[in-house]
Amino acid sequence: MSSETNLKTSEDENLYQHKFSFSKFIRRNGTQLGIFGVFIGLWLFFIIMAPETFLKTQIYNAFMSTIPFFAMMAMPLTLIVIAGEMDLSFPSIMAMGMITFMFTYDALGNVWLAFLAALLTGIFIGWLNGIIVVKFGIPSLVATIGTQFFWRGAVLVLGQGKSGTLVYTKDSILHPLLVGKIWGEFPVQMIWLLVVAVLTWILLNRHKFGAHIYLIGDNIKSAELMGINTGRTRILVFVLVGLVSAFSGVVASLHVTYFWPSLGDGYLLRTLASVFLGGTSVYGGVGTLLGTFFGAFIIGAIEAATVAIGLTGFWTQLIYGLIIVLSVIMHTYLRKRME
Amino acid sequence: MDLRLELKNVSKNFGEVQALKNVNFQLGQNEVVGLLGDNGAGKSTMIKIITGYYQPTSGELYFNGELVENLTVPKARELGVETVYQERALAELQTLWRNIFLGRELVNQWGFMDIKRMRSETHRLMTQSMGFTSGAVTPDSKVGSFSGGEKQGVAITRALFFDAEMIILDEPTMGLSLKETEKLLRFVSDIKKAGKSAIFIDHNIYHVYSVSDRVVVIDRGQVAGEFLTKDISLNDLMEKMIHVAESGVLE
Repeated sequence: MSSETNLKTSEDENLYQHKFSFSKFIRRNGTQLGIFGVFIGLWLFFIIMAPETFLKTQIYNAFMSTIPFFAMMAMPLTLIVIAGEMDLSFPSIMAMGMITFMFTYDALGNVWLAFLAALLTGIFIGWLNGIIVVKFGIPSLVATIGTQFFWRGAVLVLGQGKSGTLVYTKDSILHPLLVGKIWGEFPVQMIWLLVVAVLTWILLNRHKFGAHIYLIGDNIKSAELMGINTGRTRILVFVLVGLVSAFSGVVASLHVTYFWPSLGDGYLLRTLASVFLGGTSVYGGVGTLLGTFFGAFIIGAIEAATVAIGLTGFWTQLIYGLIIVLSVIMHTYLRKRME
Repeated sequence: MDLRLELKNVSKNFGEVQALKNVNFQLGQNEVVGLLGDNGAGKSTMIKIITGYYQPTSGELYFNGELVENLTVPKARELGVETVYQERALAELQTLWRNIFLGRELVNQWGFMDIKRMRSETHRLMTQSMGFTSGAVTPDSKVGSFSGGEKQGVAITRALFFDAEMIILDEPTMGLSLKETEKLLRFVSDIKKAGKSAIFIDHNIYHVYSVSDRVVVIDRGQVAGEFLTKDISLNDLMEKMIHVAESGVLE
């Protein structure tokens, strides 16, 4: 950047020291601390209500085995929502990635190429979402409802609605690399979740790309006036969602070594709920990945806990829906108060 | 010496609407030009062409005597154009330091931000030019919590920080208190003293007259006339403005 050249530097002056203040820390990280409080509170509540489940390690291994599938996607989805956009097509991207995985394997007999094809499919569909939203100016909520149905339809047409086994992947190192168990217990996909989370965090908080995401979501007009390429930035975020969704689709399918054409359907609600529970505003410009991370584990635990506590599984959908509605109401209220 | 900026026969159409018609405009080195005109006269369109936000439908732009084609916002900034926008172009939910460096964050070659440096520069600017001396405001304060004058201060400081040669102020006094307005007008005089050029747009003819070397009147997308402020009294200028508003012509 040329801004470096004509900058009045102040190397000789005392650098401003970012002082730590406890009260300011609380004020600035209120939402994240709130989520963390809810996380701890719910956990204690679950332990008291169902100690025989929540005091054993199996449940936590189960969480770390299944939560990463949607928690991974919740990371780039958080970026989309911060940018003031929405993507509802990611469940279909999961399935579409797996269709190309299977077709490529059938044709070439190589799981690595199949894996690569799945990721490229995700990138392509994400890019297409971005183009539809940015170049044609269609609201992303509507555009991605459309592409969600389109790609789900494509999955059904291409695969003739059939499911298929993925047992052959077990012969390749790809399988343990994505969904293996360390020491026979710890699920590898949890490590992949951490990798995705850390990389996305660095992108959002340490790279100018992330700074532009916040600025676009906050005030896209200002961002444009100040020379930010708002179109390219938004398209790239859609690409990121596509890539991670396809990756997650492969991981989730290899975990059960089976492909279902309905792959991803169950993830729409819990992924969105993770993002909103994590404190990201549906109006854009506000949100954190740490919040989403805790949000995802709360969402994942709620499902197991409702059953363990003795309620039926029907309650989970109700709770997820309630979380989304309450989050939107809270952010609407906070916005009004700011004005 | 070459002109800082020259517009030759610049027109801009938005579909059927012709916002600017064959505008010719010059800005000299170390000159402050006031732009006057009614709402919708085309002042903001003209500014957005100079800053690279809009592309003109036809016509040419010269910076320091050189023809510049396909101007973009980053390119205009490289040419030394800084703008304080009417709507201030701030991101209110973001911190002060993010707003100061909006769109040109200090980054390394991989695009990673030097947050420490941006914070410390912001802190220096806060005390030196924005007038935040109490400890209540830090580089991490959200801009949305500032008053109108403070927000304007942020927008102006941002324009000054990058050492521009030409500063455009689009309706900068809007929503400011008397005291804040006074401070702003003094700031425009400072630009002149520093040897830089400025284009000052305002509804208030008193403000424009008091700080400008030259006044250009825009009406219905055309330049209706221009005067050196030393050649015309404020009263005469006002009469001419009223005449323009009624008839569309100066004489």
